[in-house]
Amino acid sequence: MAIKCKAKMQGDAVEVKALMKHNMETGLRKDSKTGEVIPAHHITEVVCSHNGNPIFQCNMGPAISKNPYLAFTVSGPKAGDTIQISSVDNKGETDSGEAVVK
Amino acid sequence: MNRREFNKSLVTLSGLGAGVSLGALPLSVFAAWPKNAFDAETTDAVAEALYGTNGAEASDAITFKAPDIAENGAVVPISLEADIANADSVAIMVANNPSPLTATFEMMNPGKPNVGTRIKMGKTSQLIALVRAEGKLYTATSSEVKVTIGGCGG
Repeated sequence: MAIKCKAKMQGDAVEVKALMKHNMETGLRKDSKTGEVIPAHHITEVVCSHNGNPIFQCNMGPAISKNPYLAFTVSGPKAGDTIQISSVDNKGETDSGEAVVK
Repeated sequence: MNRREFNKSLVTLSGLGAGVSLGALPLSVFAAWPKNAFDAETTDAVAEALYGTNGAEASDAITFKAPDIAENGAVVPISLEADIANADSVAIMVANNPSPLTATFEMMNPGKPNVGTRIKMGKTSQLIALVRAEGKLYTATSSEVKVTIGGCGG
């Protein structure tokens, strides 16, 4: 559970804020000592689900900052519901988190 | 047929298959990470790869929130709101980045988009957004964000 997230009702929709921990290597940077290119390693997909159904997806490229922050509004969940957020990176590593809608 | 030829024919076949399904369903290709779009080097190519068209209509309904001057290009907070009903997909691009596309946002319950994140910017650039609603593509360009220290490595 390394994705921190919060979800709050805003009128009819839910405002979700999530903070992930990831290096987000672009694949363009070079190691200053060896001069070798550091291979790309970044989150590719973040999915927000409610009752097991995906309701929002973000496809990320390497141009998203280190330790990605994501905010979005989504309709569907109501106060008291739990939403799950999961991420996968280009090496197949996954992470997840969940929040109760306030 | 030996193993090598067999593998080759598999690759050709799957390549053809992908081409056909993309041609038939340009708007509903989804779930797989759009590598073509993230690799594209021009904003038009990104629009083409994501939505199968670069004929987007300019819209005043899309508003950006981004700093005028970003001191650190590695972390530029941006957000986007669009007063467009039933939107189901949003893409945010940085015109002068080596690969312009930063992220796409897909809404399974279409609505008015409101998204925010933090992006890397290599140098001073404008942001370009694409919003798809009911099969129509809208676009908007932000005012220039000045970057004093680039954030794309190097």
